Amino acid sequence: MQKFIPKRLSGVDLFLRLFQIAAVALILIAIFNTASEARYTASQWATLLFAGLAQGSIYALIALGYTLVYGILLMINFAHGEVYMAGAFSTVFLAAYFARTGFLNEQPWLAILIMILFAAAISTIVAVLLERIAYRPLRNAPRLIPLITAIGASFALQYTFRGLYGAEFRAYPEVAILRGNMNLFGFQVPVVQPFVFITALLLMGALYWYVERTKAGKAMRAVSEDKDVAKLMGVDIDKVIVTTFMLGGALAGAAGVFNGLFRPQGVFFLMGFFPGIKAFTAAVLGGIGNIPGAMIGGLLLGVIEALGPNLILEGLGIPSANQLKDAIAFIVLVMILIFRPQGIFGERLAEKKA
Amino acid sequence: MGNINWRTILRLGLLGSVVALYFSMIGMVEDFSNRNLIGDLLNLGHVLLYAGIAGGALFAAREHSESNTVGRGLIGLATGALGALLPSGLVLLSSAINMRTVFVNVNPALSNIITFGRGVPTGLLLFVLASAVVGLITALFTVLPETWRGPVGKSFGIVIISAVFSDLVRQVLTNIIGSGMVRSLYVGDAYRPLVAAVLFVGLIALFFWLDRRAKQSNETTAIPQTDAKARQAKNRRNIALFLGWGVFLLIAPWILGSFLSQVLFEIGRFVLLGLGLNIVVGYAGLLDLGYVAFFAFGAYTMGILTTTTAINPAPGVFTFWTALPIVVLVGVVFGLLLGFPVLRMRGDYLAIVTLGFGEIIRILALSDWLAPIMGGAQGILKIPNPVFFGLELNSPELMYYLVLAGSLLAAFISIRLRDSRLGRQWMAMREDEDVAEAMGINLVQTKLLAFAIGAGFSALGGAIFAARLSTIFPHSFNLLISINALSLIIVGGLGSIPGVIVGAIALVGLPELLREFQEYRLLMYGILLIVMMLLRPEGFIPAEVFKRELHSDEDTGGPPAVEAQV
Amino acid sequence: MSKRFSTLLAVLLVSSLLLTACGGGAADGAGAADGGDAMECTDEIGCVEVASGDSIHLAYMLTVSGATAFLGEDSLGGIQVALANRGQVLGHDVELTGEDSGCSAEGGQTAATAVTADDSVVAIIGTNCSGAATAGLPTVSEAGLLMCSPSNTAPALTDPDQTWLPGYFRTAHNDLFQGRVAAEFAYNELGAMTAATIHDGSPYADQLQQVFAATFAELGGTVTFQGAVNVGDTDMRPVLTSVAADSPDVLYFPIFEPEGPFIVSQATEIDGLENTVLMGADGLLADSFPENSGENVVGMFLSGPYVTGAEYDAFLADWESQIGGVPPSGFHAFAYDCTNMILDAVEAVAQQGSDGSLLIGRQALRDAMASTTGYAGLTGSLACNEYGDCATGEALAVFEITQAELDGNWPPAAVYTP
Repeated sequence: MQKFIPKRLSGVDLFLRLFQIAAVALILIAIFNTASEARYTASQWATLLFAGLAQGSIYALIALGYTLVYGILLMINFAHGEVYMAGAFSTVFLAAYFARTGFLNEQPWLAILIMILFAAAISTIVAVLLERIAYRPLRNAPRLIPLITAIGASFALQYTFRGLYGAEFRAYPEVAILRGNMNLFGFQVPVVQPFVFITALLLMGALYWYVERTKAGKAMRAVSEDKDVAKLMGVDIDKVIVTTFMLGGALAGAAGVFNGLFRPQGVFFLMGFFPGIKAFTAAVLGGIGNIPGAMIGGLLLGVIEALGPNLILEGLGIPSANQLKDAIAFIVLVMILIFRPQGIFGERLAEKKA
Repeated sequence: MGNINWRTILRLGLLGSVVALYFSMIGMVEDFSNRNLIGDLLNLGHVLLYAGIAGGALFAAREHSESNTVGRGLIGLATGALGALLPSGLVLLSSAINMRTVFVNVNPALSNIITFGRGVPTGLLLFVLASAVVGLITALFTVLPETWRGPVGKSFGIVIISAVFSDLVRQVLTNIIGSGMVRSLYVGDAYRPLVAAVLFVGLIALFFWLDRRAKQSNETTAIPQTDAKARQAKNRRNIALFLGWGVFLLIAPWILGSFLSQVLFEIGRFVLLGLGLNIVVGYAGLLDLGYVAFFAFGAYTMGILTTTTAINPAPGVFTFWTALPIVVLVGVVFGLLLGFPVLRMRGDYLAIVTLGFGEIIRILALSDWLAPIMGGAQGILKIPNPVFFGLELNSPELMYYLVLAGSLLAAFISIRLRDSRLGRQWMAMREDEDVAEAMGINLVQTKLLAFAIGAGFSALGGAIFAARLSTIFPHSFNLLISINALSLIIVGGLGSIPGVIVGAIALVGLPELLREFQEYRLLMYGILLIVMMLLRPEGFIPAEVFKRELHSDEDTGGPPAVEAQV
Repeated sequence: MSKRFSTLLAVLLVSSLLLTACGGGAADGAGAADGGDAMECTDEIGCVEVASGDSIHLAYMLTVSGATAFLGEDSLGGIQVALANRGQVLGHDVELTGEDSGCSAEGGQTAATAVTADDSVVAIIGTNCSGAATAGLPTVSEAGLLMCSPSNTAPALTDPDQTWLPGYFRTAHNDLFQGRVAAEFAYNELGAMTAATIHDGSPYADQLQQVFAATFAELGGTVTFQGAVNVGDTDMRPVLTSVAADSPDVLYFPIFEPEGPFIVSQATEIDGLENTVLMGADGLLADSFPENSGENVVGMFLSGPYVTGAEYDAFLADWESQIGGVPPSGFHAFAYDCTNMILDAVEAVAQQGSDGSLLIGRQALRDAMASTTGYAGLTGSLACNEYGDCATGEALAVFEITQAELDGNWPPAAVYTP
């Protein structure tokens, strides 16, 4: 074994460097191939790009929940995808009720606002219960233990909601006012996509303001910097942690409604798993613990996923490229963790937490 | 009568009520009520409905340890009656409005179970009364003298559990006393009430007697014995135990029949996986959520090399036995390859990245891209069963021996590794990577060896799986296998080899025996993982190291205070 | 577990073993003696004896839990209606027990070992998913049982060079039929010259699109693209963009919900799909599909089983009264036919003793089932070939989804039958 790897970490470094070069070269070749084949029109690329941005802003909202909790507790809330599912799944019934009574099309903005608030409330309750039951008693336990609890909580939540609402797929009703296309930079874009994108950006801006400009936000930043010192300064740690979970939960709930407006079908009890993993990837991509990082990371991941199969995988001559779409997010995650664990914006937290 | 803390009663009563409401609303009470335990007097749905209520009363009575019998009885009565609050509310609400469009399980059938089929006013009163009585009985249980409490509690538990697993019990009993006798003990799947009562009383007597004898023998051994003699006796007992279990393992399939052998096979398969993952997670402390990847490599390599379809690149060249070393080698090599990029990652990052690897492998196995090699969505068909000196291992009884041999080998290697230099390096690394490195441990080598050996076990498991199933599809290699394997080593006790076996029996074997409740399997896993981490993070059969580590900060070692979990 | 307890357990287990070794043999001998009195079993793979007053035991292996439970409930209902309508067979009640086989190979195998452990089982109705059948069939076949599936469609199961084994039958359509019907409809009726296909990684969808593509090309059309999505995907725009690059006349995606509705609703956004006709298969033939897909579903075609006629209406009325509601999927009639064909075969081969007991030869039962011809079932005229395919492909049709279906009418009208 010793002969296998001649010198301690330098062998690893060399291998990783070669890996990096190969990956970049493959991506460039693929893009070149796709470009030279010119199978797709500009408007087709634009369709993918705009959908990717809308999807990315949903990832970003969920990613903020991971990043906030990570910033404070240095733990990955593995069950955050389920917090998102809880809001989205519960609100589908409210939305259907609004559609049945006609309220949704008479007062669309008010109806959507109520739906967002309702989803945020449900997700917040789930997030706070999660913290109270599954995480708080374990705050001083070895690192592995809360992570395992989180995995358990993830399954418990999925199947609890399945028990409550059943296993069928549900769909959000269509909102008349968000139907149809609009002209954006000369391309036809479904109205709902810029709507989701802009509203999500507004929410993220509000969060940023809260964390940077209010007193409660200051307390959060203090706890994230140093828990013990913050405590000495009179910050109520438990309260800050609960606030953090509430904020993350509320944003995830809102993301659930945006998802329902953007892509109405497929609301069911497992809908949170993949978005959860992908949002986590987005948070790592932007630099976990970093709020603007999560936003940029989310948008970037949305776009990479939307363009990746056609731009890169087809360029490599892979048949049924779209089948490998989920692999893209994971590969991005592995690449980031290998080559730039601190993400685009973050400090090197991977070291600090160990 | 002592002080009665009404706040505690309110809190615990409502908590019990929430639990009862939860099981009712997610449909478990209704589904489980189809399974009678004792005649048609008691079914599993009742157990679930009243479990929370009884638990609330139990804790309430315990909190009032200074109260006398009457006081505690009243406390139990009050807590139990309070526990009926939320389910009663649900019944009232659902009789007024149709809740089924949202909450699919809140239906008339559920109301019927809660109200004993008597409708709203009478039935609800009955339910409140029943809850109060359940609370009273549980509270009175805490008043029993110490010498009685153990036997009564254990006997009750055994009666209920043996009724839940009546399939298993009946199959074994049929082999011993014949089917006619067994039929006279049961109605359907449930005990006849008289049988249950006799069993309960009999068990109490048995436990009482056992306790007495144990106490007497303790008194006699209190006379100082020579060390050598005691050790000798202990050794003798260990050897007897070992031989007993050995004989049982060897002849088990032939008394249990083919279905239970299949269950044993499934348990064995997960023991193999668990032992491998135990090296990675338990010994080396690397949380790997993508362990299924190596299982898939093993199964696919075995499938591709031995199948008789066109996918096989060298048809007829390999048999199960000649392919087996290659399979294990492939597993080890992929363990190294996938271990390499994640060398620098720790804890949660490692968990998510390995999860990603597991998914990528499944996605690749399913893809049209690799379909010419791996079969894609159509999977790999016609993988032959192993042939052992002319005997085709085509039944669960025979395949059981293969998985038993594999597990024994893996257990042997695990024990040897644990006590070796490498094992100590793993444990040092698990405790603190930086310190371990400073002590001169080569982290790269140590980590990679953990991944590689774990992967080898997993690939072996995959190969046996493929040979037993004779057809493999990518869908079989999903995240759940990783989660199953991880859950079982955690429930059994991280780093503990007997723990892996107990975990596999509890998480793989028992659910197979309750196949009609498959839907709730993952829910139970989830809840079990949380409860386990909160109450007993070291597992059922903890490894010594973890036991010390996890309880070092507790003065007493008693269960943590209840407040912490609510 | 204390050491004392585990010693006790070990001793108990070992002593139970010893007891069994003695007791088991005696019981076997007694059983054989009983059987010998009345009738002689001459069947080469054994017989089932049904004593007077006992019931004839059928078992199901269906997916009754999890995401595919609707398939199992649908088939199970079909079996139950068949049994209720039939009443007693040769003076015996028919008892139905069963195991959940899930939709996986492992589940199929475990269910098969559980069902075959009971040697009173005469025949099995199942499985729903082909993967479960492939893995369970060796056990079932070895045990001498007969298994009839209402919804396995994989061609390999009735191909003796692949996974066919003696004892296997099905009333469901081989994918080879349905893929062909869909391709013929697209080429001949719609006049399509180019087609693209999408599958979802399930063996069923993959097989169906392969047959579709092969048939379409054989008829003279061009297949421009064959792609796939994953179960759980929500963004179909990338794959639809790949399809749109060649603007095919037809897009065939024999997949399930919710991926199917995603494709339907997102197809409107993609340039180049304006004139593409969408086609699905029986996986989408469910009343929730139009509503979940939205407006673009109007004008779409679905291939699937086509069961009609007065007898079928009577069946639906029985379902309504015995089980309630409407069947959740499209395979109940196939399960109904399976059950009746098996019971017909039992009636044909069972030897009746003087006391009313029955002796059913297992090979004789298989032979009787295999020789079924011109059986008038709910799903049309059935004739089993020697490898167990009993459906002839007659009871298939292509349905068109119109505004009426979007407004809640179900099922849609058939616009093409082969």
